[in-house]
Parts: sequence; C-alpha cells; structure tokens
Amino acid sequence: MAETKNILDIRDLHKEFYIKDQKKEVLCGVDLTVAEGEIVAIVGASGCGKSTLLKLITTLESITSGEILLDGEPVRGPSPKCSMIFQEARLFPWLTVRQNIEFVIPDSVPKAEKQKMVEYYIELVGLTEFINAVPNQLSGGMQQRVSIARALATRPQLLLLDEPFGALDAFTRMNMQQEILRIWEQDNTTMVIVTHDIDEAIYLSNRVVVMGKNPGVVRKIVPVDLPFPRDRTDSSFLEIRGKIMKEFLNT
Amino acid sequence: MFDLQNKNSVRQKRINRIIAIVFPILVILFWQYASTTGLVKASLVPAPLTIARTFLTNVQSGKLWTNLSVSFVRVACGYLIGAALGVLVGFLMGLFKPFNSALSGIVSVLRPIPTIALVPIVILLAGIGFVSKVVIIAFGSFWPVLLNTIHGIQSVDNKLLEVAYTYRINKIKTTFKIIVPSSIPAILTGLRLGMSSAWMSVVAAEMIASSTGIGYLITLSRETANARVMYMCVLVIGVIGLIIDKGLTRLERYYLKKTRGMVDEK
Repeated sequence: MAETKNILDIRDLHKEFYIKDQKKEVLCGVDLTVAEGEIVAIVGASGCGKSTLLKLITTLESITSGEILLDGEPVRGPSPKCSMIFQEARLFPWLTVRQNIEFVIPDSVPKAEKQKMVEYYIELVGLTEFINAVPNQLSGGMQQRVSIARALATRPQLLLLDEPFGALDAFTRMNMQQEILRIWEQDNTTMVIVTHDIDEAIYLSNRVVVMGKNPGVVRKIVPVDLPFPRDRTDSSFLEIRGKIMKEFLNT
Repeated sequence: MFDLQNKNSVRQKRINRIIAIVFPILVILFWQYASTTGLVKASLVPAPLTIARTFLTNVQSGKLWTNLSVSFVRVACGYLIGAALGVLVGFLMGLFKPFNSALSGIVSVLRPIPTIALVPIVILLAGIGFVSKVVIIAFGSFWPVLLNTIHGIQSVDNKLLEVAYTYRINKIKTTFKIIVPSSIPAILTGLRLGMSSAWMSVVAAEMIASSTGIGYLITLSRETANARVMYMCVLVIGVIGLIIDKGLTRLERYYLKKTRGMVDEK
C-alpha cells in the first residue's frame, strides 16, 4: 500500500477552560490523524469538545498541552493550509457574492487570476447566476454555499466544517451533503466535519470519530467502507449506524 | 395592553390605524371649541383655525420662508460640522482604546449639558454672530452622531472578526473593510438623530442676538405678545422636524436595502 501523507496529526491534545476559577477539562488526551484526501466526521453529544477541537486547529482557541501538526508542522497561528466553515455562513452583508470570496484571497494574487479563481469556485457551488447578489438576497443554503466557495478559494489542504448544515432544513441539508461529496470528488480536498447528525457523518465520511464527554475523549473510530454515493436505507449503512448509536447509549 | 393573539391581527391593526387618525382630530376639534367658546383665553391659546390663517398669511407674505431659509442655512452649517466631528471622534474613540480612555470622561460630563445652557458661554467665546449660532447647532448634533458611531464600531459582530482571523486578514484591512462597514447602519442612525437634534437646537441658537430665523420669530412674538405667530412657529418647527426625521429614515432604509438587500428590523 502506498504511503499516504497525514494532513492533520493531533497528539495527546488537552484543553482546559476556567469558568470562575473552576477548571473544566474540555479535551483530555485526544489523538487523531487525518490522511490526505480523507473525509473524517466527528460526532458527539453537545459539550464533548468537538467544536473546540476545530477552534484549536484554527488557533481561535489556544491549546493547553499536546500538539497539532498541520502537514507536518505544528500550528502557531491561522494557517493558509486550512479553512474553516462555520455553522452560520458568516458572509459580509455589505459585499456581493463575488466580493465576499475575493476578500479572502491574498492581495499578492494577480487580479486576473483572482477573478478566475472566484468564478471557478462560484461555479463549483452552482451560484454563477448570483455572483453579483448580496448575502441577504440569498437563502440560507445558498449563503452556506458561498461560504464553502470562500473557504475553497484560499486553496486549503484541509477544510474544517463545524456543523455546517445544522441551521438548514432537512431537504436543504441533504442537498448540501451531496454537494459536499461532489466538491470532494472534483477537488479532492481533505475534510474534517463536526456534526451531531449520525446519518450525515456516515453519509459523508471515510471514518466516523465518536467522541465522549466529561472530559472530551475519542471513544471510538468507526471506518465507513461503503462506496459513494451511499444509500441511507442500505443494510450496511444501518449496521454502521447501529454501531455508532451503541457507543452513544453506552454512557 | 399586551395580547399575543391579537398582536398582529388585521382587525386590530385597522382599529389602531383609525385611532391614530381620529384621536388627533378630536384633540384639534376640542382645542378649536375650547378656544372659540372662551374655555381658554384665545389671546393665550389661539384656535387651530386662527393659527392656520396666520400660517397662510405668513406664507403669502414670504415672511415665513425668509426666516426659515436663514435657519436652514445655519442648521446645515452647524450640522455638517457637528456630524463630521461626531463621526471623526467616534471613529477615533471606537477604534483606539487610548483615545477612548482619554476622552470618555470629558464626553460623559459634556454630553448631558442642554444646548441652551451653553448659549452664554458661546456668546462669551464666539460673540453674537453667525459663528456662535453654528457652534450651538454643531454641539447639539455632535452627540447622537458620536455615540452611535462609537456604538456601531464596538458592536461589530465577533463572528465576522473570527472569519477575518482564520483567513489571516491583516489589521488594517479588518478595520477598514470589516469594522467600518459594520458600523455604517449605526452611523446612519446617528446622522439622522443628529439632524433632528440640530434642528431642535435652532431656537437656542437664534436666541443669540438674531434678527432673522424661525427661532428669532418665536423670541420676537414672545416680546410682542403675539401668541398666534408663536404657536405657528412652534408647530412649523415640529412639522419640519418630523419631515426631516421621516425623510432620513426612508433614505437610510433605502440605502441599506440597496447596498445590503436588507431592511432594518428594529
């Protein structure tokens, strides 16, 4: 088997918060590696520290102890190698779709190329028609697509998604999940997706990381060796679902 | 009283709209009745119709417009200075902590001072000419603009700042391309309130040795005990203030809708 490169390598990660001088252990010895081209889903009950994990990777929060290696190098600040997609689209309401995406592309990129990149990624998320619209004119699902295009436009090696479709209705969510897989097939971007939706996790990922809480640990990693696109009603899908559910109920 | 079920019903809305029109009419009718029947002294409280007639004669003679136009020029000058300073100082205080620390004490002492209390000091410092009137109006319009600008800058959505951080947007770009545009709706509100406030300061400003202006007309009519003109001027000030406020509110909404596709929900 060919050696695959690890994009993300998390070693013995600890994170503590202090709330009114009271120590709270959010993450306690998390180890996780993500290989290039892989989609890893992290599921867990709320409060298990799964979102904190992403914040530590983007350095929005600082680690207490342990190590996070991005493409072999420890993270010391927001890295150009990774982009984050939040639950809300977080677009700038005063900028058009085009300007929102342009905004995050470094100024060192020549103008003509910038324009090409923006157009490529807007087309990738299927919003070419809306390139000059402002966010408030778009639906929630469309806004999140723009935010995905924006994240991809910086050409990250790793895409972090923090409950990206949590605020969308069930149909839009299923639509967006297909979209993510389509983008993945086209761009082969490595992704780590945090979700509380077990179906979503199995539908999208190569591996599902189940986290437990108090303190947050990786309880189990369930591989999903099913061909894409996956059928949510397939027996092997449901079998994996049952396995993950059991982990949750075992608390 | 608050009633969740009826809050948005069409019927309730229609009733409220009718009340909003009918009640003021009743007030005016009663006023007319009270004034003409001698329930109140007509020399002190002239009847609405008398005031309306006074208004028409003053419009026809051009007297009202002559004085109003003078006031408008003063308000415009004072407002431009006050608003510009308000935005400028607001940006400095909102963006730079040391500025805020240096000025917030002074601001909190000066802000509660009623514009009219400043008149004697301004006369002392700036004399009794055009400048002192402009200073008074500028002072009145400065505060709403200042406070709203500071508020707008400080209430920038932290979520957007997180986005800027993860995409490694530098400080200058974050300030001018995120914080400043975020504060624009609040600044527009400040500019609107500042305009209203400038207009409200006109009477105080024109108490200073004036021989023209709508504020002067009031002072003059008090000295000549001309209640009709006095009431007329006060009402004209009120109506113009209302028109300014409604007009600017529309403009504000239009601008935000045009540039951001949104209407202020407040």
